[in-house]
Amino acid sequence: MEVVYNLLEIILPFDFMQYTFMKNAFLAILLVSPIFAIIGTMIVNKKMAFFSDALGHSALTGIAIGMLLGMTNINISMIIFAIIFAILLNLIKSKTTYGADTIISVFSSIAIAIGLAILAQSGSFNKYSSYLVGDILSISESEILYLFVAFVLTLIFWYYLFNKINAVSLNSTLAKSKGINVKAMENIFAILIAIMVMISIRWVGILLINSLIILPAASSRNISMNMRSYHLFSIIFALFSGLAGLIISYYTNIPTGPMIVIISGIIYFITFGIKKIGILDK
Amino acid sequence: MESCGFHCTKIENLSVKIGKEFIIKDINIEIHCGELLMIIGRNGAGKSTLLKSILGEINHTGKVEFFDMKENKKKKIKIGYVPQHLNIERDMPTTVYDMFASYVSNKPVWLMKDKKLYRKIRESLRMFGAEKLIDKRVGNLSGGELQRVLLAIATSPVPNLLILDEPVSGVDRNGTKDFYEILSNLKKQYDMSIILVSHDLDLVKKYADRVILLDKEVVKEGTAQEVYNSEEFKNRFGEIA
Repeated sequence: MEVVYNLLEIILPFDFMQYTFMKNAFLAILLVSPIFAIIGTMIVNKKMAFFSDALGHSALTGIAIGMLLGMTNINISMIIFAIIFAILLNLIKSKTTYGADTIISVFSSIAIAIGLAILAQSGSFNKYSSYLVGDILSISESEILYLFVAFVLTLIFWYYLFNKINAVSLNSTLAKSKGINVKAMENIFAILIAIMVMISIRWVGILLINSLIILPAASSRNISMNMRSYHLFSIIFALFSGLAGLIISYYTNIPTGPMIVIISGIIYFITFGIKKIGILDK
Repeated sequence: MESCGFHCTKIENLSVKIGKEFIIKDINIEIHCGELLMIIGRNGAGKSTLLKSILGEINHTGKVEFFDMKENKKKKIKIGYVPQHLNIERDMPTTVYDMFASYVSNKPVWLMKDKKLYRKIRESLRMFGAEKLIDKRVGNLSGGELQRVLLAIATSPVPNLLILDEPVSGVDRNGTKDFYEILSNLKKQYDMSIILVSHDLDLVKKYADRVILLDKEVVKEGTAQEVYNSEEFKNRFGEIA
């Protein structure tokens, strides 16, 4: 870790880089943004924005359950609960005929309500209220290592399974005819989202996490012509808004999370404008 | 090359039940290679359900078997499928290459454009006169173009049975005719059986080797002429043929 720190100081000799918390935050953003940028491309294509939002909300219940069970590491209960939540959602979605948004909304509200009820009743809501807005400046060295592992796993996952997930999203029956296990792909993708959201939620916050997933991909979609540029621009936008947000927040005292989202939002409207003007259409 | 006629797909007692209600019931169909079987029926007659259960996407009872009568044994069937529509919107950053590669390869399309694969896909598309579409975005294709791309995907690799769900809209009259011509050539060129759900009764008459009228069950089977002249047909479609 020392080596990485020193490297950062050499590459970026600015005064904000002398603080360890800034270095850690910088590294965290370097790892988290690309993860969300690439998962986000498929979430946007599959119209799952509401799904990932609901998953974020389920974190509260995960925390509450972990606390009730007296777990020392509530990350584990959050992840396990989110995975169950995601699979259950998929299952019920496939069994009913009415709109997925209604089902997701039902699940999401119940998850928030149960989480709030348990936390408030046991008097520990204040302790965990930081999860609502998140705090990327409090991330520690060991947690960055977790993020690094998550980063590598996501890349491996995306390398091997993206085509299949894309095939399922375009037409599940066609995917099935090509020997792709449709249900498994749907569930594996949902589980990946669940794990990544839970790992990052403490730094990003329940209220903002979905914007980090959706905005870079949505912006990129405005101006991309194929899957490669879609991913590339999404990653560039996510990294740019993440790092710029961090640096601006250091100098202006605006909290980091909201600053990142504001920049992502501006990028979205710029790309939206580019699309409307039609510069890219030949 | 003429098809050999020695391959046969047997669909036996296929039923799909949701709750207590049968969506399709006791479907028995036998189809040989080189044969184009068309399925007609009103909305809700179970046409799409039948196709999806043949593909194994829906839980069903009964079985689908494939026989090679030259070697006199059962084989695992390869089924190609052409869907009615895709979950895709205009301007979605998915090119024909991206889509095609996603179905036939594990080389991640988000990371690289594999040259060998690209050439292979272009060759497959060329058979259907669609090679120029390879870098176009799927959401911007016309109905007829999309149909040809989907046909190329369904026939790579060449299946024993090709199943098509004809789109109701988006393809013009000439496009539809071209499409049927392509199908006629396909069944002659390869040892392939084709099942097509169609809404165009005139074209069915012109191209079908055999027609099945579906209304939860197979209510009438025969040549287009036989089916169109039957009481069962008139009860469901009126006197149009």
